[in-house]
Amino acid sequence: MTGADAPRLPRTDRQGLDARLVVDRGSFRLDMALSAAPGDVIALLGPNGAGKTTALRVLAGLVPLTEGHLRLDGAPLERVPPESRPVGVVFQDYLLFPHLSALDNVAFGPRCQGLGKAEARAVAAAWLERMGLAEHAGAKPRRLSGGQAQRVALARALATRPRLLLLDEPLAALDARTRLEVRARLRHHLAEFEAVAVLVTHDPLDAMVLADRLVVVEHGRVVQEGAPADIARRPRTDYIAQLVGLNLYRGEAGGHTVRLDAGPEITTTEELSGPAFVAFPPSAVTLHRDRPTGAGARNLWRCEVAGLETHGDRIRAGLTGELPLAADLTTMAAAELELRPGAPVWATVEATQTHAYPA
Amino acid sequence: MTPPREPGAATGPRTGRPRRRRTPAGSASVRRTGTPGRHGAPLPLLLPGVLALAFLLVPLLALLVRAPWRSLPDRLTSAEVWQALQLSLVSATAATAVSLVLGVPLAWLLARTDFPGRGFVRALVTLPLVLPPVVGGVALLLALGRNGVVGQWLDSWFGITLPFTTAGVVLAEAFVAMPFLVISVEGTLRAADPRFEEAATTLGASRFTAFRRVTLPLIAPGIAAGAVLAWARALGEFGATITFAGNFPGRTQTMPLAVYLALQNDPEAAIALSLVLLAVSVAVLAGLRDRWLTGV
Repeated sequence: MTGADAPRLPRTDRQGLDARLVVDRGSFRLDMALSAAPGDVIALLGPNGAGKTTALRVLAGLVPLTEGHLRLDGAPLERVPPESRPVGVVFQDYLLFPHLSALDNVAFGPRCQGLGKAEARAVAAAWLERMGLAEHAGAKPRRLSGGQAQRVALARALATRPRLLLLDEPLAALDARTRLEVRARLRHHLAEFEAVAVLVTHDPLDAMVLADRLVVVEHGRVVQEGAPADIARRPRTDYIAQLVGLNLYRGEAGGHTVRLDAGPEITTTEELSGPAFVAFPPSAVTLHRDRPTGAGARNLWRCEVAGLETHGDRIRAGLTGELPLAADLTTMAAAELELRPGAPVWATVEATQTHAYPA
Repeated sequence: MTPPREPGAATGPRTGRPRRRRTPAGSASVRRTGTPGRHGAPLPLLLPGVLALAFLLVPLLALLVRAPWRSLPDRLTSAEVWQALQLSLVSATAATAVSLVLGVPLAWLLARTDFPGRGFVRALVTLPLVLPPVVGGVALLLALGRNGVVGQWLDSWFGITLPFTTAGVVLAEAFVAMPFLVISVEGTLRAADPRFEEAATTLGASRFTAFRRVTLPLIAPGIAAGAVLAWARALGEFGATITFAGNFPGRTQTMPLAVYLALQNDPEAAIALSLVLLAVSVAVLAGLRDRWLTGV
């Protein structure tokens, strides 16, 4: 929000990225502010079609800005063609040139920057070495594993010494097992990178592991940004709540209760007033077949089972009724309660398990 | 639903009665549709198909049957044949080179850029594919002839005359052959992922560098296929060549012209020359088998 209207000066000496990206495509409009200091790793997190990749393409210069500005280390980039921008891109499926060896793929950038063939190859060899790929220098991309190809793509992007590194779904093309290892390596390389890195992902885990700051994008707009832990604890949209696995409600707080827009009240421990969010994890919900007595400081709602699915070693029940919510319970508990779609249940949540914060 | 007996009865004479009786009615109908086999081709398709094949093959066989095999070595080593063959090979190769140098950029423009009237331009490019070559030759004369729209200036400014020269042969062949190359390369370009060019741009390559170092190697197979096709078309070119460049032995008389001329007064020579062209065609086909026949 700060970057949107504050910098109106033609040129600043501010280091890092300072941008307001507006792209109008008739039915779709992207309008987001983005700023970062050198060394920052920012993750654009959002559902498919939210405009994350478009934002990345604008930063790379592959899509023109309709409005707004884009400054990198103080220099305006709006009118700079992509080949002249100090920007490196790791594409989602890497786009390694299939006819060139890993070494020549990495040497491509330095060559375009004017280095001779031998020099460019020396630079490339050093990068491959750093990525632990020295022995694969001569391999064509199709001979590389997914993780290796990803590292070659990263080396190729870094070999041009960019001031802004863009990564589009850097882990999406990998299978679950290599993903774990590649994510750890990538985190390491991003931590070493001294300029701004912006990555796009729809996976909250990737975002939280790799980035210092999350920018959540929905429908072309920034809906929330902040530190990963903060976003995980205080989601502000259903999309993020679902990503981090929380039940999220919005209502009007008065003292220790939040009256939801839909009707029911939730008792919390925090004392608030005005518009507020309440969040609690599905594991905080307890289900009962009969109305429990002696509720105390508990919240109690009458619900109906809408659906059941296994979730790790637990069962997640989707409930409708007074309050739509997700509840986690053990298989045994589910069996004892004889849960099946349509079954009426009572749901309770301790006030201490909820978390309320201003909207 | 058809009654269970009918499908079997329809193919009765071929599937054989005893087996059909033992199999349940349901599976009999499955067998009929599932495994048509060699005998499954219906006559209205089989007959014309075989006839078409014969129609295409018999003339070639006739060429082989009536070939003057005994005198063939002498005829093929005669100076006129070599002259014509050499001229044909040189001019077809030159025409292919012209097509490559001009046609690949045109294909790129058609595939990668968006300009007003692109569809119309594309249609114009394909026009020589369907235009009778003689008309192409007349058009070339009107454009590049000594009094042509462009030719008069070439003549008065540079002293260049193109009609009835070997260069004219090359131009006539290129005019007819280039569309094949353009269409083939454009198709390959459209199938190639343009994001490789984007990746190259983000690495600091200008659009031309991206084309030269990334796109060109990627579409090389398509270019090769298009070039062979254009070359073969240029080699067989007759109408545009004879109209625009004439028929002077050693200068503009290519193999097809020589064949036609020989047929008037020395049929055996025509057959011998035709055999050479047939051999070249078969060689081209063999070279293209993997790339072209399986659909690039």
